[in-house]
Amino acid sequence: MTAELLELTAAAAAERVRAGEVSSDELFEFWRERAAGDDLNAFLWRADGPADVAPAPDAPLGGVPLAIKDLFCTEGVPSAAGSRILEGYRPPYTATAVQRLAEAGAPLLGKTNMDEFAMGSSNENSGFGPVKNPWDRTRVPGGSSGGSAAAVAAGLAPWAIGTDTGGSIRQPAALCGVVGLKPTYGAVSRYGMIAFASSLDQAGPLTRDVTDSALLLRHMVGRDPCDSTSTGMPEEVRLPTAESLEGLRFGVPPELTGEGIEAGVREVFEATLKRIEDLGGAVEEVALPHSSQGISAYYVIAPAEASANLARFDGVRYGIRKGDGDLLSLYEETREAGFGAEVKRRIMLGTYALSSGYYDAYYGRAQRVRTKIADDFRAAFEKVDLIVTPTTPTVAFPLGEKTGDPLAMYLNDFCTVPMPLAGIPAISIPGGLSEGLPVGMQLAGPAFSENRILDAAHALERSIGFDGSPGLV
Amino acid sequence: MAERAYEPVIGLEIHVQLSTRTKMFCGCALSFGEEPNTRTCPVCLGLPGSLPVVNAEAIHYGLMIGMALGCEPAPRSIFHRKNYFYPDLPKGYQVSQYDIPLARDGRLGDIRIHRVHLEEDAAKLVHAGASGRIHSAEASVVDFNRGGTPLVEIVTEPDVRSAAQAAEWLRLLRVTLRQLGVSDVNMDEGSLRCDANVSIRPAGEATLGVKTELKNMNSFRFLERGVDAEIARQEELLRAGEPVVQETLHYDPRSGAISSLRSKEEAHDYRYFPEPDLVPVAPTEEMLERARNALPELPAQRAERFESEHSLPASAARLLAFRTELGDFFEATVAADGDADPRAIANWVTGELLAHLGEADPGESNVEPAAFARLVAMVANGKVAGSAAKDVLAAMVENGGDPAEIVEERGLGKAEEGELAAIVERAMADQPDAVEKIRAGNDKAVGAIMGPVMRETKGRADGAEVQRLIRERL
Repeated sequence: MTAELLELTAAAAAERVRAGEVSSDELFEFWRERAAGDDLNAFLWRADGPADVAPAPDAPLGGVPLAIKDLFCTEGVPSAAGSRILEGYRPPYTATAVQRLAEAGAPLLGKTNMDEFAMGSSNENSGFGPVKNPWDRTRVPGGSSGGSAAAVAAGLAPWAIGTDTGGSIRQPAALCGVVGLKPTYGAVSRYGMIAFASSLDQAGPLTRDVTDSALLLRHMVGRDPCDSTSTGMPEEVRLPTAESLEGLRFGVPPELTGEGIEAGVREVFEATLKRIEDLGGAVEEVALPHSSQGISAYYVIAPAEASANLARFDGVRYGIRKGDGDLLSLYEETREAGFGAEVKRRIMLGTYALSSGYYDAYYGRAQRVRTKIADDFRAAFEKVDLIVTPTTPTVAFPLGEKTGDPLAMYLNDFCTVPMPLAGIPAISIPGGLSEGLPVGMQLAGPAFSENRILDAAHALERSIGFDGSPGLV
Repeated sequence: MAERAYEPVIGLEIHVQLSTRTKMFCGCALSFGEEPNTRTCPVCLGLPGSLPVVNAEAIHYGLMIGMALGCEPAPRSIFHRKNYFYPDLPKGYQVSQYDIPLARDGRLGDIRIHRVHLEEDAAKLVHAGASGRIHSAEASVVDFNRGGTPLVEIVTEPDVRSAAQAAEWLRLLRVTLRQLGVSDVNMDEGSLRCDANVSIRPAGEATLGVKTELKNMNSFRFLERGVDAEIARQEELLRAGEPVVQETLHYDPRSGAISSLRSKEEAHDYRYFPEPDLVPVAPTEEMLERARNALPELPAQRAERFESEHSLPASAARLLAFRTELGDFFEATVAADGDADPRAIANWVTGELLAHLGEADPGESNVEPAAFARLVAMVANGKVAGSAAKDVLAAMVENGGDPAEIVEERGLGKAEEGELAAIVERAMADQPDAVEKIRAGNDKAVGAIMGPVMRETKGRADGAEVQRLIRERL
């Protein structure tokens, strides 16, 4: 029975629970034991007993336990966003998205490791040590939702949620060989998500397959009175059924698919384009002229917002407190001890970009680029239904390879950064292997086109037949 | 050579705590002296992951204030983050408005309004230690009850030319806001706070001098004194050939001393940028209509109406209009009795009644407007003499009641002519010297006869009538 449970997708497991073939308690216990065997450093906290609230027997998510990125606030449960500055912090409230999923029948299995405050592409910026990639433990799982991606890939959790600001769901999903979806900005409430860059952050699922992704997304979305920027979805998220791509036009932007994409990734990408045509889709080139400026704009806007969002970590009310009793030393020493190097780097970048006399040259200019990137996408979606690119320029890289070179690290988000800047949804699905490591394929569509994206991803997934197992034990 | 004359140029920045039910960006009720940190939630404590949501009532109040000050509401105003570190600011930034405020370009009285914007109040710091200030405190604690209270900031153009004008204008603003019912506008309790930007320039010159910002003047008197002290300080500097330095100053009302809080170089770089957690405030036609309809008659308009409708002198009209409760009592009295002349009523309200009640609201007193109207009418009809009427009013203030009954009970009715004539004759017979002096043209000597007459009639006699009776008998 247990070995069989491991093979099931979350949707299939939920079906079994609803059919009375397995109890939700049994399911929870099974996954609790799986999570307890975490040797990847994927979890920062794990449930140590049965689920707090037993899901209703007919709950749509069937009691299938959920791994949750550490930056979602969960009442009474450590929520540190991967940062030492929040070590031991247990929030008095639960994030809206987590609450919705719990109500739909997905109890909390554990909190997953991540790059500190979601700043990173390798999980090496976690305050609690890096996560290992289950496909090759000497390599990174990607980031910042690396713990969630690794946990799902290694069968330590049936599904997970993460957050994406510049690629933080899609990039680790690609590097770990799972499905990661970043929804349209506003589809999912940000209330209770410890903020990195408020105008970009968006929560989404990391799952074994596209159907699980749709199922989780369906119960995450919705307008939240606690989040003024939340809109919900104009239509219900459907479970995808498409097996063909007939009638769909796919745009390939040369700006995101040319230089910098390594050969193995390119090979999988080209095979995917061929497969799209085989499935009845049309492939054409489409220009996104400003998207190559995405990284530059992103690394002004995101740090600027972060510099303000992280100002609240001052040692006064929560988290660690350092200093010798003087106000300035309280601030300086708390933040010196609590923040890691990358967080400090981005706070300084953002503070500089917003400073008097530099605002227009940096923040103002980056916002204008952002508008142009969004305009590019709008124009492109006049011609095509979806845009397809590799999710990342490379497969998972060795731990430590890029830690000394922030710019090289930033470039790993080259293909994923333009979408959040435009606020549009995108998914990464496994396209195949290169050198024995997963390669992610990205599909992006116009705002609120999640159903279209999920359908197309579903058809491709069926055709690719990716074996998601990195050698499960 | 005569000393050079300087002209002060003053602009005011006023912070008004709104009396909404809940805070600016969360559902916590506003605090009125509750136990510390009992009116808080994840949002106003700035807990990780929390997000602000704009209070619709605060926008409504803000629009009302903007409209009452003759401002144009912005079609889409934007919230910004104003970044600085301080323990009373839990997020490390204040959500405020910057380049597109809620409303701009208005006027109240003689002073133009530059802008009106919404923001959130800081929490309250309590410092343990002798000075009560953070620098020498042994420990400091934060009470977040006040944090997140809605504030409206009103900024004037630099149209004020004296400290006295500043204080007078602030009184007009306060009564206007009180009339709107959007704030307690209490300077002692900090629901109305005023800073002043002060500069001086040689009289007749158009260019502005270097300004300083004067903070912490928490009463009308301190505003006037503080600004006067700062004007004097700047004049002294310029006369000595020294420059005024741009800085933020603290006025200590106890000592009258002005000290520097921070220089221009130490000024914060607030790194304003648009608050990504909020959407722009775009008032709909319905919201604007609702704010317009909620505007009561404002004090300045009411004063004009009193002048035109009741022919009141400007000073009485302003006194009645600017103290809403006096104006209300005046109007209730006018409405209660059509006979009494509104000007006489205004006189009695602003004179005798005000002297009795001081700051108290006549509407809450024992004096019924209808009874008050009858008293004024009785004076006008000669049923009671002016001086006796004052005693009647004192009795009404004390115990309420009807003026005619009080007159009856206390025998305060006007003395009959026959009775009065006899008293006058007796007094004249008692003071032959005075009678002689009056005959010789010394009018002041009348007093020597008037006095005993008034004493004997206990004020029931009308002074003019007594005069007439004396002169008839010379």
